Amino acid sequence: MSTPWIAVAQILVLVVALAAVHVPLGGYMARVFTSARHLRVERAGYRALRVDPDADQRWSTYLMSVLGFSMVSVLFLYGLERLQNHLPLSIGAPAMDPAGAWNTAVSFVTNTDWQWYSGETAAGHLLQMAGFAVQNFLSAAVGIAVVVALIRGLARSGADGRVGNFWSDLVRTVVRILLPLSVVVAVVLIAMGVIQNLSAHTELTTLAGGTQHVLGGPVASQEAIKEIGTNGGGFFNANSAHPFENPTPLSNLLEIVLLLAIPFSLPRTFGIMVGDRRQGWAIAGVMGTLWAGAVGLLTWAELAGPGVVPAAAGAAMEGKETRFGTAASALFAASTTSTSTGAVNSMHDSLTAAGGGVAIFNMQLGEISPGGTGSGLYGMLVLVIVAVFIAGLMVGRTPEYLGKKIGRREITLVALYVLATPAIVLTGTAVAIATHAGQAGILNPGSHGLSEVLYAFTSAANNNGSAFAGLTVSTPFYNTLLGLAMLLGRFVPMALVLALAGRFATQRTVPPSAGTLPTHRPLFAGLLIAVALVVVGLTYIPVLALGPIAEALS
Amino acid sequence: MTTSDVPSSSIPARGGAPRTLGSSVIAFTRQTWAGLRVLLALTVLLGIAYPLAVTGVGQLVFPWQANGSLLTADGSHVASPAGNAHGPAIGSALIGQSFSGSTWFHPRPSAAGTGYDTLASGGSNLGPTNPTLLATVQERRAQVAAEDGVDPSTVPPDAVTASASGLDPDISPAYAREQVARVAAARGLPVARVAALVEQHVRGRTLGVLGEPRVDVLALNLALTTMAP
Repeated sequence: MSTPWIAVAQILVLVVALAAVHVPLGGYMARVFTSARHLRVERAGYRALRVDPDADQRWSTYLMSVLGFSMVSVLFLYGLERLQNHLPLSIGAPAMDPAGAWNTAVSFVTNTDWQWYSGETAAGHLLQMAGFAVQNFLSAAVGIAVVVALIRGLARSGADGRVGNFWSDLVRTVVRILLPLSVVVAVVLIAMGVIQNLSAHTELTTLAGGTQHVLGGPVASQEAIKEIGTNGGGFFNANSAHPFENPTPLSNLLEIVLLLAIPFSLPRTFGIMVGDRRQGWAIAGVMGTLWAGAVGLLTWAELAGPGVVPAAAGAAMEGKETRFGTAASALFAASTTSTSTGAVNSMHDSLTAAGGGVAIFNMQLGEISPGGTGSGLYGMLVLVIVAVFIAGLMVGRTPEYLGKKIGRREITLVALYVLATPAIVLTGTAVAIATHAGQAGILNPGSHGLSEVLYAFTSAANNNGSAFAGLTVSTPFYNTLLGLAMLLGRFVPMALVLALAGRFATQRTVPPSAGTLPTHRPLFAGLLIAVALVVVGLTYIPVLALGPIAEALS
Repeated sequence: MTTSDVPSSSIPARGGAPRTLGSSVIAFTRQTWAGLRVLLALTVLLGIAYPLAVTGVGQLVFPWQANGSLLTADGSHVASPAGNAHGPAIGSALIGQSFSGSTWFHPRPSAAGTGYDTLASGGSNLGPTNPTLLATVQERRAQVAAEDGVDPSTVPPDAVTASASGLDPDISPAYAREQVARVAAARGLPVARVAALVEQHVRGRTLGVLGEPRVDVLALNLALTTMAP
């Protein structure tokens, strides 16, 4: 349907929009996290809540704040889900079962937004507003807070492991960044056709005399933060393919810009905060290169439409909307899997084998291209340290990054980080494939069936949330196991990152010497890309070969 | 000030100062309680005040869009399913509907419930090598070609594939043009008039590059009903 020229033009429009956003947003976020002043409303809030926003926390205290806050968030959301039928605005939605409620609570608190349920019938308006949308803000803010702590660790010298104050970082991210952006975007989305009301679903008689329900709900307010916070949990089952979530090609472009905006701007924030903007450019460049590669491959796959079904239909239009076509669907799919968003404007299960493979590979990179809000940058900084370490070994010098030595303790933390997520993905996939309960969920036959299971655990452990939705996951088996994968995939890496932040904050910054490897030059950027590809390649090629690669070659 | 971390000269200057288990538990409990207070306050702000404020602005400034872009049978805009003096709402300008029989322009196949069921949005989720989907596509191609009286090889892709939402309001201009002769014959209208109506309803790419050219099926069929034979 789409022509290559149109595909390229849409990508260019997107790149221009992102370039325009990058500088002001990145700079603004740096000011937010370095300002010594609290807003009046923030100060009043801290006083009322008896929280000290100026205590400079050690990394371990910062971590306890993250974990304690996330734990009460899971419990609160679980409670809302279990009790929603007794609460106002439930529009007839029943209480979630325990396994489903556990899965969904973890899903939204970990910024994954994996959904086993259909929003239009399983979630009332209050649960969507006061449960899901709230965690869309807070999980995004937690990710940003953690990366800000890591940046402070790198920027400070001899700071006794102190990395800032979680409560202040959390509140500032919400009040000064996410909320103002969301208000503006939500109103723009309404103007484009996204609904925003508190009505129940009402039946009407269609033009041809059939019946259909008019859907109600506070959708625009949730849609805005769903993209801005790289969450991706749809108000409706069809997510951003639903005309009430994404009504036009223009709203589609806006949503892609939004889900990439903060992840691509944070490298600038980083560059400013460590006092060397070139470091931020290098990282944004690496993220952009990996993203562009994925967009190119996925677009090529969907436009060419290899595979028996696309060939029989004339184009890969199964699971795609007419208003988006193949090009805008491929662009969305590549961007949502690059960013840990997981919103979809096409059904990924029906992507071509190569296109679906790129989507899986994107997530397996560890969500670093540019990744989720905060989590993308800390994932990339971990790989930077791997690259610095490898380069240090090659030239026989003690590796250092931004004046911080990468010693045994640091590289141990980094190694654990790199291993944690693949261990969860591969163990989970193996367990599901080896058990009847796991096999029972598979929809498509052959290697595509394995891809469905691999996609599910890849998506959960990397906190993406998109799915090969043919897999039936509304079972206690998948809800329990995928919930565990999301939880470990979020907080194990976070704990390691904060420990690393503490190590760096304790060290004194060493001035660069003649032997210091410059980490802002194209040579290092190339090495970083190679490290990212080799690490994920070595880890996942065997299972990719059995799934999408086998299907693409069949 | 429950969350402060009191600096102490007795703690060695290294990251992750050692704690006893007891002090760790106390610190974690303090942080968790603070977390609960912050969560409740932010839930009121983000979960109640924010969506209600946006709802207020939406209902005030864009009441038609905020309530689902509803249309009556004569095409006028209404903000409630109950409609207005022109009659009740017959659907949303953004959501596809089922149309069958030779007098209507047909939408794409839909995997939402039994077709265009807004309570069950979604796609088929069948993969690119799935034999069931392959058979379905071939079946649809033969059926659509027979209905519209065209060569099966000319049937466009959107006519034989289910959309992502199952609620796709649009079809390609090619599929709309293919149906002109059938609809005109069934309604006893001149082919040229129906063809002109289709061309009026073709929407191009936004800004020349975004999305794909398309025809809104409900709008087209609405216009058809107001056309005198």
